[in-house]
Amino acid sequence: MSQVGVLRFPGTNCDRDVFEALEAKGRNPEWVWHADQFDSRCFDALFLPGGFSYGDYLRSGALAARAPAMKSVREAADRGVPVLGICNGFQILCEAGLLPGALVRNRGLRFIDDWVSLRLTNPNAAFDRRASAGARARLPIAHADGRFVVSDDDLKRLQDQGQIWWQYEDNPNGAAGDIAGVMNEKKNVAALMPHPERAMYDWMGGTDGEGFFE
Amino acid sequence: MKIGVKVMPRAEVLDTQGRAVENTLRQNGKKLNACQVGRYVVLDLPGSDEASAMASAKEMADFVLHNPLIETYELERL
Repeated sequence: MSQVGVLRFPGTNCDRDVFEALEAKGRNPEWVWHADQFDSRCFDALFLPGGFSYGDYLRSGALAARAPAMKSVREAADRGVPVLGICNGFQILCEAGLLPGALVRNRGLRFIDDWVSLRLTNPNAAFDRRASAGARARLPIAHADGRFVVSDDDLKRLQDQGQIWWQYEDNPNGAAGDIAGVMNEKKNVAALMPHPERAMYDWMGGTDGEGFFE
Repeated sequence: MKIGVKVMPRAEVLDTQGRAVENTLRQNGKKLNACQVGRYVVLDLPGSDEASAMASAKEMADFVLHNPLIETYELERL
């Protein structure tokens, strides 16, 4: 049975939620420890969960992006393995240079814990079955550094190359282009600030996160 | 007039951020004896008299920019 890797850094705290979301969807998750490199052929997909890796020291995601396991993540990404970053995972992938842009403090300076409405701008078959652009999703956010920043030229490139994955309908943090999620050029590395693993069942407040783990 | 305030953790206080950065640098093969992480605050102050600008910067550094129990600071005119 194909395996998916779930990365754990010191300070990752959504790892168990992501692991169980994958199990709930019949996937076969396995932990990947930050200090270990791994054979990039071992996994069919890799997940970087949210949290506060390394206490957000230096910059959110900066130290995790340079951990040994990330060398293997980079190899896997280069080979076309799907890689999904959620929240801190998004910050780590940007710091690693696997995704464009950076994530900085929210426009309102406060940590935001809320539900947001999202619009699917360009579908990503690897991490979400919603095939049609324009589809809506309602997911929770919980971040202080969620404001996506990118140069105007790069923003235009993201738009032109269809790399914008999800956009906020009502931008909560000042993100450039209302961007909640982006993809790399090859579309196999994707990340979003909202937490799909926190929207798996009705009792969680919604089920729009299911599709990310199927 | 701009005054820079360099705030650094005292040597006897465990600098967790510096230690984490140090470990990441070492893990990636960089050679170093130690790494400390502090912060740098730039104050843009009214007036053109350096002595009074330094005095008000010192007042602000003592007021909130550093905690003398765990940090030291230095001022420099920019």
